[in-house]
Amino acid sequence: MTMMEKSRAIESVWPDIVKAEGAEPSFQAGDEIKISMRFPVGHYRVPTYIRGKHGRVEAVVEPAAINNEDEGFGRNAGVKRHYYRIAIPLCELWPGYAGAKNDGLRIEVFETWLERS
Amino acid sequence: MSTHAQAHTPVPDAGDAMPSYYEIMETAVRELLVEKELIGAGEIRQMLEVMDTRTPALGSKIVARAWVDPEFRTRLLANGRATLEELGIDFFENTQLIVLENTDKVHNLVVCTLCSCYPREILGLPPDWYKMKPYRARAVKEPRAVLAEFGTVIPDDVEIRVSDSTSMIRFLVLPERPEGTENFTEEQLAALVTRDAMIGVVKASAPGKEKSR
Repeated sequence: MTMMEKSRAIESVWPDIVKAEGAEPSFQAGDEIKISMRFPVGHYRVPTYIRGKHGRVEAVVEPAAINNEDEGFGRNAGVKRHYYRIAIPLCELWPGYAGAKNDGLRIEVFETWLERS
Repeated sequence: MSTHAQAHTPVPDAGDAMPSYYEIMETAVRELLVEKELIGAGEIRQMLEVMDTRTPALGSKIVARAWVDPEFRTRLLANGRATLEELGIDFFENTQLIVLENTDKVHNLVVCTLCSCYPREILGLPPDWYKMKPYRARAVKEPRAVLAEFGTVIPDDVEIRVSDSTSMIRFLVLPERPEGTENFTEEQLAALVTRDAMIGVVKASAPGKEKSR
């Protein structure tokens, strides 16, 4: 049983519970997204080559995790959120990409870096 | 057999060179952590001992098992970490494992552009080239050229899928089982699976081209 199925099974037993913030992923497989174009000072685990690029959510990564970028800078990350396995075509990343058009990147990105597109 | 000339070639003793900036920083942080009793000196030694038992041979066995046991393969692809933990392989980093299956339509390649994230629990320490900037920068930009330099030519109708490990996930490539291995035992199959095949820069070796131990 996947985490999602487990969570649905629990929902059917406890239909009235309210989930904590961040407990449910905000994006689902298939969603079209854009990686945020932001350049905060410091080391962030979102490589600059994917910032501002368009892609698609391939899978939600379970379990939810703390925001290690906040924690890494000594700030309490508070609630947990999800990472997502994101698919971006290499021809979207690199204009003039010489390989086959189906070639692609897969990369995990934390929820706070994703925008709907 | 050393010749006379070689016997007199001066070989620097380990530790003779001045420590680098990062070696000094590592020593300072380590000594502080021990002094503040956040870790014990023995814990570092123990972790090195753990790492010494993790080599690509472990990964090769996992791949060979997946080739002969379809039920295990299905579970491994669905949840790498949980499936390997059932076998008694512990994960000492707080990471998940995605096993990427190579097929006649998809060829997977693994890189960590930011540093050297690697499935250390099952492959041990990464090779030097994996940690160096040329591979890290080029694997996501011109994977076909990088693969060709490893002697791996992937036809254009096969999709190249580059997985960049940046945070929570580590990746193991499950190579295609080579042809002509139908009667091979699990042990014979494991001998065809090199470290590089599990990173995705080459395919599993053909029968008769077993890796040397």
